[in-house]
Amino acid sequence: MLSAESLEKINREIAKYPADQKQSAVMSALAIAQDEKGWLATETMDFIAQYLGMPAIAVYEVATFYGMYNLKPVGKYKLTVCTNLPCALSGGNDAANYLKQKLGIGFNETTADGLFTLKEGECMGACGDAPVLLVNNKRMCSFMSNEQIDQLLEELRK
Amino acid sequence: MINIEINGKEVTVPKGGTVMDGARQLGIYIPHFCYHKKLSIAANCRMCLVQVEKAPKPLPACATPATEGMKVYTHSQQAVTAQKGVMEFLLINHPLDCPICDQGGECQLQDLAVGYGASESRYEEEKRVVTNKNLGPLISTDMTRCIHCTRCVRFGQEIAGIMELGMAGRGEHSEILSFVGKTVDSELSGNVIDLCPVGALVSKPFRYTARPWELSRRKSISPHCGLGSNLVVQVKLDRVMRVLPRDNEEINECWLSDKDRFSYEGLNSEDRLTTPMIKHNGQWHACDWQEALIFTVESLKSVMERHGAKAIGALGSAHSTLEELFLLQRLIRALGGGNIDHRVRQSDFRADSHLQGVPWLGMSIADIPQLKSVLIVGSTLRKDHPLLAHRFRQAVKNGAQLSIINPIDDDLLMKIANRAIVAPSEMMHMLAQVLKAIIEDKPGAGVSEHIMQSLKAVKVTDEARAIANSILANSPAAVFLGNIAQHHPSYADIHAIAQVIAKLTGAKFGFLGEAANSVGAYLARAIPNQGVLGTEIKHAEHDSQLNAAQMLGDSLNNVASPCQAYILMNLEPEFDAYNPQQAMKAMSNAEFVVSLSSFKGNVANYANVILPIAPFTETSGTFVNTEGRVQSFNGVVSPLGDTRPGWKILRVLGNLLQLEGFDYETSEQIRAQVIPAEDAITRYLSNELKDYEVNISSEEMTGLQRIGEMPIYQADPIVRRAEPLQLTRDAMPPKVWLSSALLKQFNMSEGEIVRLKQGEGEAQLEVACDDGLPANCVRVACAYPNSIALGAMFGEISVEKL
Repeated sequence: MLSAESLEKINREIAKYPADQKQSAVMSALAIAQDEKGWLATETMDFIAQYLGMPAIAVYEVATFYGMYNLKPVGKYKLTVCTNLPCALSGGNDAANYLKQKLGIGFNETTADGLFTLKEGECMGACGDAPVLLVNNKRMCSFMSNEQIDQLLEELRK
Repeated sequence: MINIEINGKEVTVPKGGTVMDGARQLGIYIPHFCYHKKLSIAANCRMCLVQVEKAPKPLPACATPATEGMKVYTHSQQAVTAQKGVMEFLLINHPLDCPICDQGGECQLQDLAVGYGASESRYEEEKRVVTNKNLGPLISTDMTRCIHCTRCVRFGQEIAGIMELGMAGRGEHSEILSFVGKTVDSELSGNVIDLCPVGALVSKPFRYTARPWELSRRKSISPHCGLGSNLVVQVKLDRVMRVLPRDNEEINECWLSDKDRFSYEGLNSEDRLTTPMIKHNGQWHACDWQEALIFTVESLKSVMERHGAKAIGALGSAHSTLEELFLLQRLIRALGGGNIDHRVRQSDFRADSHLQGVPWLGMSIADIPQLKSVLIVGSTLRKDHPLLAHRFRQAVKNGAQLSIINPIDDDLLMKIANRAIVAPSEMMHMLAQVLKAIIEDKPGAGVSEHIMQSLKAVKVTDEARAIANSILANSPAAVFLGNIAQHHPSYADIHAIAQVIAKLTGAKFGFLGEAANSVGAYLARAIPNQGVLGTEIKHAEHDSQLNAAQMLGDSLNNVASPCQAYILMNLEPEFDAYNPQQAMKAMSNAEFVVSLSSFKGNVANYANVILPIAPFTETSGTFVNTEGRVQSFNGVVSPLGDTRPGWKILRVLGNLLQLEGFDYETSEQIRAQVIPAEDAITRYLSNELKDYEVNISSEEMTGLQRIGEMPIYQADPIVRRAEPLQLTRDAMPPKVWLSSALLKQFNMSEGEIVRLKQGEGEAQLEVACDDGLPANCVRVACAYPNSIALGAMFGEISVEKL
């Protein structure tokens, strides 16, 4: 199901908790699985449930609760734009609209070339840098004016 | 203890208790949805907000720990405003479909909306809609109605032991669902219907059939497993519409197993008999009672004239009432015979003459959660006794160590400290090892010379030693024998060894009663040997009394039937006998068979007369549960068609045969005869075997052994006809379970249809793989239409490729 490398990483996470509380590692395990597979299929969640000895539905609860887990396949780059209040007041919605127009897709859609998926995100804890967006959950981009967005897209398209 | 004051009234709650606990003690009602006395605290519905003096804002009563001197107001202006505010939020997304909602009339949200809701909503935006989920044949969903109290989720985690429902998503998008595409398969799943405070989870079989206010509520007792759950049977137009639990902390608490809850569907099945029927010249025709009873009497007389009273065998199911079983045995004994038994699935009766009383649980059900170490021999706990399993689950949660000796390694949904999964033929040996390990720990403990001698050859394995240590080191401990042990061909030896183990360790010792009246049937004397009751009933020919196995033919080589006539009561030998093949042979070789049955089934194939007998809902009667609790009940509906209560049928039969002692006018009179004073029955209860010589043979079984467990929804005639239960996963057609080693040996692959042979019969079933099975074992459930052609529940079996 998962590569030996991923399992190794998950084991390292499990080791951080007492032996009878393996399920504490569920969030890291899901993140590691998603890094490998790109998204979390039902089978992947089922596998993690078995691996951690917890009910599958409990894994599903976690995976559906947090926006960073992808329950459907996404493009090569997932752009998550914050539209919460502080960002919205400082141009977050404008950034989102510009992206939609540039990429020709709406939220939760993927471009035809499979390169970009656009997501609406919740507060990323950097309201002072608004508008902010995340690339693939890992890279935070601040002060995303239209020029910055153009630059980012160009860089990613390379 | 902490003293608090609620609405000016003083109350003392234990340390760690909440404001809600205090209010409940005082009888003050605080509105709530997510709080439930048996579940953990979630505090997510916020309906129970109350005012607490010096607290800056209202606090949830269910989650606020009581502190000394706390002053709480549940109906103050602040509290009521807060509660009304919560109600407004709860109603925002709740659909206004009460007129078509099954919960309407018994809905907590509806009730509280009357008290705390506004007459019209201020919310004008779009309401949220949630797609319904398919949770299986028992639970119907209307998820838009869900208010996210998570009681159903917590029930799964905490009571059923398996989390099948969860709350996915977040905020407005959260919804209750099962994991992608899965149904809810727990044998306790129906309880979420009761727990759901709104109409999101409702009963699928009951859906749209009646409104709660049209139903009359009548008390009854479950006729299924040995627990004796208390029921409220709800009736409309003389028809049972549904069954709900009746709170009884000492037995079923507020729960009900799905078997108890949904089996009523079998009562209304099309297979119900409504008139007596007679077979004349090979043709069946309906007749009146007079004709049927006279025919029965004449036929019995004729058999007696030619073969004597000892040629009559009576078999009554332990799902029958105490009164029915008592009159059945009285009938047979008054005729001069004594062939009466209820233990049709038992195969080993060697202990019978050594038994010192009626086998029972050996302790009270309510004390099970306090046990610290439990050894269970031969039981798939959660399927055989769904709610007893819940008690054991609580014990394990409280720190008890559970050890099992069983041929099947099914998930019991609780932590098992030590498990010994061994072939049926090895179970007794495993138990003997445990005994030896205990004796080694306690030398000179006064074990009989005979046992010491027979234990000499026994080698103690690590598993056995671990089990022994667990019983020795923890107190209170208990040893229980489950259904598989009771059906086992070495039952007597298992019983005897378990008894010594319990004695040496000071553990409690008991039996998990298989049927509602497993204890009651003994008390009613529906057993060939009445000695266990201490009554001095001397019979002219003492040893000619046959037990169930003898009546149904000890071995397949029996050409002639052991009995020439059979009286069957609430029993279908092809499903209920230990060896259906043999039982059916005995039936077909008999001259005369009369069946007192509620259902037609296959009775017409072997009986000569069918007398329609009332099931538990249509007769008054008594069940004595596995802990020896006597529970009587009245009929809740009138008998269907010409059906009559069993005790009345037997009374008339007795009168027509001109026998004495059949003049009862009510079932209470019969009960008074069987159990003179209610408290006196404890003196009959005993699990002790006296002077029984244990035989620890180490005979090797060479071929394949069958593990023929009794599936949960095939165990008695009513449940076999309950359609919704028959659609569950637990009632899926039986498979042949083999280990992968055996599959390889036979060159078979999963999913293939194979031929099974046992004795003279054979069956063709799908093969499946289970590597948890002991070596050389074939697991094939019994009592399914396509597995009844096979023979004994345990014993040799062969598997062939088609």
